[in-house]
Amino acid sequence: MPEKKVEEYPVIWFQAATCSGCVTSVLNAASPTVRNVLVDQVVPGKHVSLKYQSTVMAASGEPALSVMESTAKAKKGAYLLVVEGSVPTKQNGIFGTLGEKESREIPMVDWVTSLAKDARAIIALGTCASYGGIFAARPNPTGCVGVSDLLAKAHITTPVVNVPGCPPHPDWFTGTVARILLGGLPSANELDDDGRLLTFYGKLIHENCPRRAYFDEGKFAKKFSDEGCLHELGCKGPLTYADCPIRLWNNGQNWCIGSGGPCSGCTQPEFPDLFSPFYVKVTDVELPVIGEYWLEKERSARDEKDRN
Amino acid sequence: MKKIVIDPVTRIEGHLKIEATVENGVVKDAKSSGTLFRGLELILVGRDPRDATQITQRICGVCPIVHSTASAFCLDDAFGIADQIPNNGRIIRNLVLGSNFLQSHILHFYHLAALDYVDVTSVADYEGTNPELQSVKNFIARGELAPFVPRYEGDYRLTKEQNRAAVAHYLQALHMRRKAHEMLSLFGGKVPHNCAIIAGGVTERPAVDKITAFLWRLNEIRDFINNVYIPDVLMVAGAYSNHFTIGRGCGNYLCYGVFDLQAAPSDLNKKSRLFKPGTTSTTLEPGTIDPAKIIEHVKHSWYDDSTTGRHPSNGETVPRHPKRDAYSWIKSPRYNGKPCEVGPLARVLVAYSQGVPEVKQAVDRLLRELKAQPDALFSVLGRHAARALDAKLVADAMADWVLQLTPDEPVYQPYQLPQESNGAGLVDGPRGALGHWIQIKDGAISKYQAVVPTTWNASPRDDAGVPGPIEQAIIGTKVKDPSNPFEIVRIVRSFDPCLACSIHLVTPKGWAAGKARVF
Repeated sequence: MPEKKVEEYPVIWFQAATCSGCVTSVLNAASPTVRNVLVDQVVPGKHVSLKYQSTVMAASGEPALSVMESTAKAKKGAYLLVVEGSVPTKQNGIFGTLGEKESREIPMVDWVTSLAKDARAIIALGTCASYGGIFAARPNPTGCVGVSDLLAKAHITTPVVNVPGCPPHPDWFTGTVARILLGGLPSANELDDDGRLLTFYGKLIHENCPRRAYFDEGKFAKKFSDEGCLHELGCKGPLTYADCPIRLWNNGQNWCIGSGGPCSGCTQPEFPDLFSPFYVKVTDVELPVIGEYWLEKERSARDEKDRN
Repeated sequence: MKKIVIDPVTRIEGHLKIEATVENGVVKDAKSSGTLFRGLELILVGRDPRDATQITQRICGVCPIVHSTASAFCLDDAFGIADQIPNNGRIIRNLVLGSNFLQSHILHFYHLAALDYVDVTSVADYEGTNPELQSVKNFIARGELAPFVPRYEGDYRLTKEQNRAAVAHYLQALHMRRKAHEMLSLFGGKVPHNCAIIAGGVTERPAVDKITAFLWRLNEIRDFINNVYIPDVLMVAGAYSNHFTIGRGCGNYLCYGVFDLQAAPSDLNKKSRLFKPGTTSTTLEPGTIDPAKIIEHVKHSWYDDSTTGRHPSNGETVPRHPKRDAYSWIKSPRYNGKPCEVGPLARVLVAYSQGVPEVKQAVDRLLRELKAQPDALFSVLGRHAARALDAKLVADAMADWVLQLTPDEPVYQPYQLPQESNGAGLVDGPRGALGHWIQIKDGAISKYQAVVPTTWNASPRDDAGVPGPIEQAIIGTKVKDPSNPFEIVRIVRSFDPCLACSIHLVTPKGWAAGKARVF
C-alpha cells in the first residue's frame, strides 16, 4: 500500500543565550520519543523536518547556516521557529554572535529578529526565551530579553507561544508542537496572561502538591530532608503555575518537591529575581488557606456570570 | 595561505569559535574563541550564597550536576562543614553526579560525535526487521533528510553493516541516556537542573524503592557500556585508525579528582576520591596539584587587562569589547604557567600515571586490543576511548555505592550561615576539571568565579602567546579538502566542548563559494 503523502513541517530551532538545558530536556521525551519526533510522523500525515538544531544536526559551519537561511527564505511564512535562550541586546548584541558575514560577527539579536519576522509562529522554549530567565537576572550584564519583549520592540507581530520552565518538561514542548500541528495556533482563551498553554500551566503547584495536606495541617519541614511541607524552606509552589506534581519529571520518576527540594518557581516570569533567595520562606505573599482558593474561584466565576 | 570559516561547529554545547590558517594543506595557526558571554558570575553577586547551587547549574544544561557539586563543595568549605557531610549525603551526591557522567558520555559519543563517522543514509535499503531502523528507512525514503544531511562529505569509512549497527545504537543510546537521567532524578528530583544537591548534603533520605529502581537502571546501562558502547568505539577506531595520530594537543593533563570516598576537609590533597587529583604529561610521570598555581590570563580575551594573571579566588570579570588582540569571551587558565587538557583523557591518564590498578588494567587491555602504544592515547581516538573507559569505571563504582546507602539515615548537615567567609570547590565533571570560588561578605555573595573544563580546553592564547589545548590540537593537522574540513571538527568534538562553538579556518583572500567558507 503506497504511503500517503506526508506533509513536511519545517522547523528552525535557534539557540541564543542558553545553557542547552532546554534541548537536553527535550531529548528526554519519552512518548513520543526523540526518534519519533525526528524521523516519524509525529502526528498522522505530518513530519517535523528539523532543518536547523545545532545540538543534533550533522552539518557544521556554512552548510548549517545556509540550511537555516535557505529554509527561512524558501519556507517564508510556513516554518515554525523555536527559540531557546534569551537574547543579548546590550551594545548591539555583541555579547552573543553566530557566524559571520564579510568578516563581521552576526549578533544573535539580528538572527532572531529576522527569523521571527518570516516565521509562521514562534515557540519560546524555556523561561529564558519566554521571559528573560536566569541570564536576564540582575544586573542583567548583557541586556538579555525574552522573545516577546524583543518582538514587541521591533514591532513584529508573529504569534508567540511560551513554553517556560528551567528547563521545560519535554511533554510541554512536544504537546505544544502537537497542538500546533493538529489544530493550528492556540486561541487566546487556551493561553494564560503569560502566553502559556493552560493545559500545562493552568494550575498552581500548590493546588496539586502531594505535600499540600502538611501545609493545611501546619506541619512544616524545619530543615532539609525533614518530612512536611517545604514552605518554610523557601518553596515557591504557591506562586508557580505548572503541572509538575501530576506529570512528574524524567519519564515519571520524580520531581523537585518529590525529592525534598523546594520549588524554585522556574516556570514563572518572576524567576529568578523575585523568587531568590530560593531557600528563604516567602513572607510577602498571602497564602490561601484550605477552601479559600475554591471560594475565590467560585466568587470570580459568579462575578463573571453577573457581568455577562 | 588559506582561511576557511566553519561557523558554527554544531553537536557541541555552547558557543565557541575557532580560527585557523592553512598552508599547503596543513593548519599553521588556529584560534579558539567563545562567542557568547552571559555574565553569571556578575549575576551571582549580592545573592544569598545558598542560591549558588541552583544558579550555577544554569552555566550548563548538559552537565549541570557538576556545577551544583562544585558550588556545594564551595559552600561546605565556606560554612566550615566540608568534613561533616553524612555518608548518605556524600553517596547520593556521587550517584547523582555519576548518573550525569553516564548520560553525558553516551550522549557525546552517539549523538554529538558519531555522525562524523557513521553514515545514516546506509539505512536507505535496509530490509531487516529492527523497527527503529525501518522507521529511519521510511524517513530517508520521504527525501527530507534534515537534520542528518547536509554534512561534510568525503570520509565515511564504515561498511554498510557497521553503519547500520551504529545507527541502531544511535537510537538505542537515546533511550540509554534518558535512562541515565531517570536514575539521576530518582535521587536528584529532576534533570536538567537537579534540586537535591545543596550545601550540607542533599535534600532527601534514601528509600529502598528508589535504591532498587536506581540499581536496575544502572545494570541496564552497564550492559550497554560493556556490550555496545565500548565495542562501538573499538569499531570506529578500527576503521579510522589514523585518528590515533591526529589532534594530539598540548600534552599536559590536569585532573581535580572526583567522587569522594569519605567525608574530608576541603583541602584537595586530603581528599579520598575514586579519581585522585593530579597532573601528568605525555611522559606519564605523575604530579600533584597545588591549587595556588592556577591563574587566568585575559590578554586575548574580551576582559579588562587589569584583571589578568590572577588566581580565580581573587578573579574579576570585567567585560571589555572591542579590545585589541582579544578574540574570545573565554579566559586562559594556566596551571604552573602551562595550558592543560582536562576531561576523561586527562582523568584516565592521571590515574594511569598514578598506577591505579583498575585503570592500568583497563587501559592496557584496551591498548592490547588496539595493538597500540600508550602514545596513541594522546589523540582524537584516545579521547573517545578514554571517555568510554571513564563511563565503565564510574558505572562499576556506582553499583557498589548504591548498596552502601542506609535507608532513613541522615543526608544533611545543618550549618550557620556566616556573615564573612570564603570557599573553594574543585572537582572533575564529565568534561574535566571544574573550580568554583566564593567570597561572602555581609551574608551575601561578594565574589564568585567559575573556571569550567572548556575554559581550560578551548582557551585562547595566554599572555605569553602560547595557544590553548584545542588550538594546539588543530595546529599541524592535514586538511584534505578545505570545503569539507572534517578533520578539524572531529578534533574539536573529541574534546566534547561545552560551548556552542564555531570554528574558523581563515585565509587572507576573502570569501569564495564552497561548502565551508574558503577564502
